Amino acid sequence: MNATEIIDRLKQRFGDRILRSDTDCLDPWLEIAADGLHEICRFLRDDPDMRFDYLHCVSGVDYVEPDPKKAKKTDWQPHLELLYHLSSMQHRHRIVLRVVLPRWRDGVHGRLPEVSSVADLWPTANWHEREVYDLCGVAFAGHPDLRRILCPEDWVGHPLRKDYETPQEYHGIRVK
Amino acid sequence: MADYLVQFGLPVWLAYGGVALMQCLILLTIMMFAAATFTWMERKVSGRIQDRLGPTRVGGRFGWLQSPADGIKLLCKEDLMPAQADKILFRLAPYISFCASFCVFLALPFSNGWVAQQLNVAAFFILAIAGLEVFGVITAGYASASKWSLYGAMREAAQVVSYEVPFGICVLIPVMVAGTLDLVAIGNMQQGWGINWMIFHSPFMFVTFFIYLTCAVASTNRAPFDLAEAESELVAGFLTEYSGFRWSVFFMAEYGSMTAVSGLAAILFLGGWHGPIPIADLLGLTYSNHAILGWFGELLGACNFLFKAFLGVTFMMWLRWTLPRLRIDQVMTTCLKYCIPLAAAMFVGVMLWTYALPGGILPRKTPMAAVAEAPAWTTVETPGGDRP
Amino acid sequence: MERVDPELVEFDVRTDEMLINMGPQHPSTHGVLRLVLRTDGEVVTDVVPHIGYLHRCAEKIGEKISPRQWIPYTDRMDYLAGMNMNLGWAMTVEKLMDLEIPDRARHVRVMVCELNRIASHLVAAGTYGLDLGSFTPFLYCFREREKILDLFEEVCGARLTYSFITMGGVTGDLPPGWLDRCERFLREFEEVIPELHAVLTSNEIFVRRTAGVGVLTPETAIAYGCSGPVLRGSGVKWDLRRDGEPRVTRMYEDYDFEIIAQHEGSYPQDRDDYPPVPPEAVLGDSWHRFYVRMIECVQSIRLIRQAMAKYQGCDGPIGEPIKLTQKLPKGEAYLETEAPKGQMGFMVVSDGTAIPWRVRARSSCFCNLSVTSEICRGCLLADIPAIVGSLDIVLGEIDR
Repeated sequence: MNATEIIDRLKQRFGDRILRSDTDCLDPWLEIAADGLHEICRFLRDDPDMRFDYLHCVSGVDYVEPDPKKAKKTDWQPHLELLYHLSSMQHRHRIVLRVVLPRWRDGVHGRLPEVSSVADLWPTANWHEREVYDLCGVAFAGHPDLRRILCPEDWVGHPLRKDYETPQEYHGIRVK
Repeated sequence: MADYLVQFGLPVWLAYGGVALMQCLILLTIMMFAAATFTWMERKVSGRIQDRLGPTRVGGRFGWLQSPADGIKLLCKEDLMPAQADKILFRLAPYISFCASFCVFLALPFSNGWVAQQLNVAAFFILAIAGLEVFGVITAGYASASKWSLYGAMREAAQVVSYEVPFGICVLIPVMVAGTLDLVAIGNMQQGWGINWMIFHSPFMFVTFFIYLTCAVASTNRAPFDLAEAESELVAGFLTEYSGFRWSVFFMAEYGSMTAVSGLAAILFLGGWHGPIPIADLLGLTYSNHAILGWFGELLGACNFLFKAFLGVTFMMWLRWTLPRLRIDQVMTTCLKYCIPLAAAMFVGVMLWTYALPGGILPRKTPMAAVAEAPAWTTVETPGGDRP
Repeated sequence: MERVDPELVEFDVRTDEMLINMGPQHPSTHGVLRLVLRTDGEVVTDVVPHIGYLHRCAEKIGEKISPRQWIPYTDRMDYLAGMNMNLGWAMTVEKLMDLEIPDRARHVRVMVCELNRIASHLVAAGTYGLDLGSFTPFLYCFREREKILDLFEEVCGARLTYSFITMGGVTGDLPPGWLDRCERFLREFEEVIPELHAVLTSNEIFVRRTAGVGVLTPETAIAYGCSGPVLRGSGVKWDLRRDGEPRVTRMYEDYDFEIIAQHEGSYPQDRDDYPPVPPEAVLGDSWHRFYVRMIECVQSIRLIRQAMAKYQGCDGPIGEPIKLTQKLPKGEAYLETEAPKGQMGFMVVSDGTAIPWRVRARSSCFCNLSVTSEICRGCLLADIPAIVGSLDIVLGEIDR
């Protein structure tokens, strides 16, 4: 199945959960609503025509422009994106799932946006989601062990957010 | 010799004490020298096995002075002790190991009658004392207050205690054939051509020798049985917290034990101080010709013995630098499933062989004749009741 | 005095679990990996890996500098296979820019990448011997690797962090006479392989320590996103050089080589001097992972030979590296290449300027390591180095 067929199939089945899609770009992707993620992933993994058995990567991309001058020129509202790169070894097709999240839940600074974890579908997501949580600040609901993975457990902030400010020191060690 | 000194009017206690002290010093020197040589050799042998040169800088082209240099370095190192450690036991442990390893040499003859104490139970004594070394290791592991050390100690305990059994049986087999526990007598039984060596006594004995080797390597904690140290698993096992001088004492104990078990193998199986060709006899270097000539004959024998022990140690080094390490369950399996039954079978085999062919396939001296042949002055020092 | 019931004592003398910290300073955790082991005597009941000790914020740095400037940072990810890291990043940016490279540069890339694959597998094999307590093979392997590093030094002046492959080609042509020296190395190396098989692959103790240890089923391997020799050791015939995106497979399109994986019960046998698979070995165990690496070296030799012939047969440019401040087209690109340790993926998100908006590195070892707690459960303490070593991790790549 090529990307267009996959997306059509998903649109048929999940309808309004599929928000946007693009098949002309380098890696065809489709954007799905955050609340439908787990259901769609389960379908992608288990459907005999899909069989996306391999989750390559979960990456978080923060879209915010800390510089107010530049921020005026941007054509997007501040948001966080999660990208799931999936492929099927059996059918040899691949797709990218995109989930758009608010930067803070309910707009309250410090409350991490939440999305359901797919670690129960692909165990590899366990560590990848921990990394996204650690570096981009996304809380994965239903994750078995959501701890920081690369930064120390008592680190403050999520470094891959664009507005992250490096602390002056960490336990008396100069950072900056 | 002490009696000899007493004749010159020395008080008995001084004569005996002085001689004992001298013997200890000589043995200590031999052991230190052996440890130093083997440390150097280990580096050279491993280097050659690995296509390297090994030490080349300290003391000329072949790095002769590497061991003294190491010794100085170890003495200068900071002597660390973990704060949680059991201070007394931590200090004591290396010396327990070293003493056990050293005491073995007291009963180990280097040549016909060249022994600090010619015991009529020498084989038994050596087995008993060599087994004590494990206490040093266990103490070290316990006292270090480190989990890795504790693991090392527990492994050592399990391993060495198990290997004592087949090791003992393997020693027992030549003892049974010889009919004596006296190592000098066992050595002298194998006088003559190489075919007289105990290892060629019977096919069973031949196999026994290799079981002995396996057990010897295991009981001295050398690779592939170096589970107590196991640097890739346990950091350094029971040695993890040791540094500097205390560490080097353990080290010397290890090399001492290696030399001791190799020497024991030489005496029990490989003709002791008798070469494959009885050169001393052929050249007439015997006491029956002249005392001095006889002494030279003994010296030749001692060289012979040391060479065999040296070969044994080299073999252990070869193994260490070639083979991966076994796992603890595999080590125990090797011991309990293979070594013990095999050793026991060999024991029965040799017994039946001796029963069927009392004289062996070749004419062999009886142990009594061998004892009688030992020069008179050597037997002087045997403890009271045995004195002729 | 109170009498104590003997039965009560026996009940009281029970074994306790012990919690052990293996690493980050431990001889066989291959760097600064920390494993928290819960042990019952020698049996390990649970393993929890802790990583991050070598985290150097590579992704964050990538957001501040241009893609070409980021190439040296990729070197420092899997520092044992810098060429393959360069390749992954270079091809990702090429994908974003829709850049094609000349054939000559392609063959040079194949050559250096496969040489680096051999070097990486040699380190894996050597340190694996070390993990099992055999020191000698380590030096045999490093001796051969040293020759590869010498070759690389001639090519790019560096022995470890090459930054040789860039977007648009490579930074320079091969020096004169290099192909002969490379061929000489290949011949020498071919003679060493049977030696390595003798001291490791078919060594009785080695087989006993590795066969049946840390069995990773193909299903688990795929579910955990394992890749490279770890995946192929489980019998999944999957290699991005054949099965990857067109951009990756195009690089190897006219090359002839085998993917090393046990398929339908046997390995591809194009040479008769491979040691046989021992009967104790179970598909997916540490022995198979090791064996796959060893045979992949032979395939890499084949590839290098072909690349040398093709390189000599084609004239033309070697490719022009893009400018340091080249503007990137707006968009996203994700690409995985087959690095020695597995599928190394890079992602670049660009907003149309010379500096990427976001850079992402998907590490193969990261996924391969995440399977540790799954396959180490219930093994012996001595098996931990055997399993972790067979996964062949590089912490620089895991922590980035």
